[in-house]
Amino acid sequence: MNTAVSERRSAISTDQAKGGFSPREYTICLKGIVWRESLRFLHQRERFISALVRPLVWLFIFAAGFRQVLGVSIVPPYQTYILYAEYITPGLIAMIQLFNGMQSSLSMVYDREMGNMRTLLVSPFPRWYLLCSKLVAGTAVSILQVYAFLLIARLWDVGPPPIGYLLVLPALVLSGLMLGALGMLISSVVKQLENFAGVMNFVIFPMFFASSALYPLWQVRESSPFLYYVCQTNPFTHAVELIRFALYAQVNRISLAVLCGCTILFVLGAIFAYDPSRGFLARRGEAGGAA
Amino acid sequence: MTKPMLSIEAVSYAYGTRRALDNVTFAVAPATFTVLLGLNGAGKSTLFALITRLYGTQHGRIRILDFDVAQDSGEALRILGVVFQSRTLDLDLTVMQNLMYHAALHGIRKREAQTHAEELLARIALSDRVNEKIRNLSGGQMRRIEIARALLHRPRLLVLDEPTLGLDITSRADILSHVRHLIAENGIAVLWATHLIDEVDMHDHVVVLHQGQLLAQGPASRVVDECGATNVRDAFIRLIRSEDLIGGTE
Repeated sequence: MNTAVSERRSAISTDQAKGGFSPREYTICLKGIVWRESLRFLHQRERFISALVRPLVWLFIFAAGFRQVLGVSIVPPYQTYILYAEYITPGLIAMIQLFNGMQSSLSMVYDREMGNMRTLLVSPFPRWYLLCSKLVAGTAVSILQVYAFLLIARLWDVGPPPIGYLLVLPALVLSGLMLGALGMLISSVVKQLENFAGVMNFVIFPMFFASSALYPLWQVRESSPFLYYVCQTNPFTHAVELIRFALYAQVNRISLAVLCGCTILFVLGAIFAYDPSRGFLARRGEAGGAA
Repeated sequence: MTKPMLSIEAVSYAYGTRRALDNVTFAVAPATFTVLLGLNGAGKSTLFALITRLYGTQHGRIRILDFDVAQDSGEALRILGVVFQSRTLDLDLTVMQNLMYHAALHGIRKREAQTHAEELLARIALSDRVNEKIRNLSGGQMRRIEIARALLHRPRLLVLDEPTLGLDITSRADILSHVRHLIAENGIAVLWATHLIDEVDMHDHVVVLHQGQLLAQGPASRVVDECGATNVRDAFIRLIRSEDLIGGTE
């Protein structure tokens, strides 16, 4: 054996091991995860197109069809009557993020089934950090999709005042994190890829329709007070409202508080679920892929 | 006495009521090739999941060098290279992109990682495939890339779970010989899990696992002698049969 080489390698590794991780190394790890998610997203062109087509269909077909049926009165943050297409734009933005969060969740289940997830989970960085980095990566991808959607909508003269494009960014970050964390939590309880249709039926559709994305909640209250309370407790409603207010340079404090609370709750839940000793995956014996 | 690179100390693990590992204890010394030999379902993959912290330990302790995998998992995983039984490469990314992703997950700077990755790819004769998507490579090439990836952060212990599974005889021989060379070149310790007895050399250290229990351990030649067998295959069969007989009478 080449003893010199061996000793040098040993020295490097021991020094690395004793030193822990520097902030720079943490940054490299985060950048690597965001880079990989972005690459995967760019490679999956169909995913990008379908992410855009879905809200655009709602905006240009559904909104046009229901323009005369669904009257929108003046509700905050609007100070005048607005077109229905304008009203549903924040809801469609949140929808993009909702679908992206669930898509990330789907890809985590797929990665787990294929075993790719192990590459991430055997990284020496703390697991909470890896999951949060993945969350940040998913959020970044969802924001790219949102701005692409807003750009196309603008071409049809639908959109907020120019400053809204900038001011909505923090709201998008928060709602993206909240919906991504929810997706991550769901991915820990979904055993197989085939079960994902259930997520569509039991999570995405109820969250989207029982919210203020398509109609103001006062209209819901007039039809069913019970449903109104359901909509009020739906975190997705608050994601929509936070985005809606931010687009018009305002802050909806209640929605902000709800989103902060839900984000923390879902992130903690996902970290717990992926904990190798106590989480749901450990109990099922499938952390990171079948053993 | 040299400090072991990997210590498995009285480790037990159960999936609900089914016991997968029962009080398993052994060690892997530095710069050695240790074969973890066992049939399918012996508990090898469970042990790998525990070593790599995919599962948390229920009973016992696992240490990599001085680091307890449960307590100091970051430090332990930092000096560990892993090749899993199932393929864990991203098929849609290129060879280099996969390696760079792994490097980032270990906090290694891009330039440093790229240089080392090129060295490793040259060593496994895959330099010309650097920009090829993984899905265009053969099974043997993918395995070699996985080994290169596991070495990218310069680990001191390399664990491989049935790395030659599903490969043809030439690819198997290439990979085995490549890993054996790593010990001579880099001085790293290797834990090689397999059920293929022909992968065991008489100079190797063997650990025989069966139905979650450790049946024998030590240099292959000694295990063969102690069993009164003529070769590793014979010794392995004798060990398993005697254990099955004992199990059957209980």
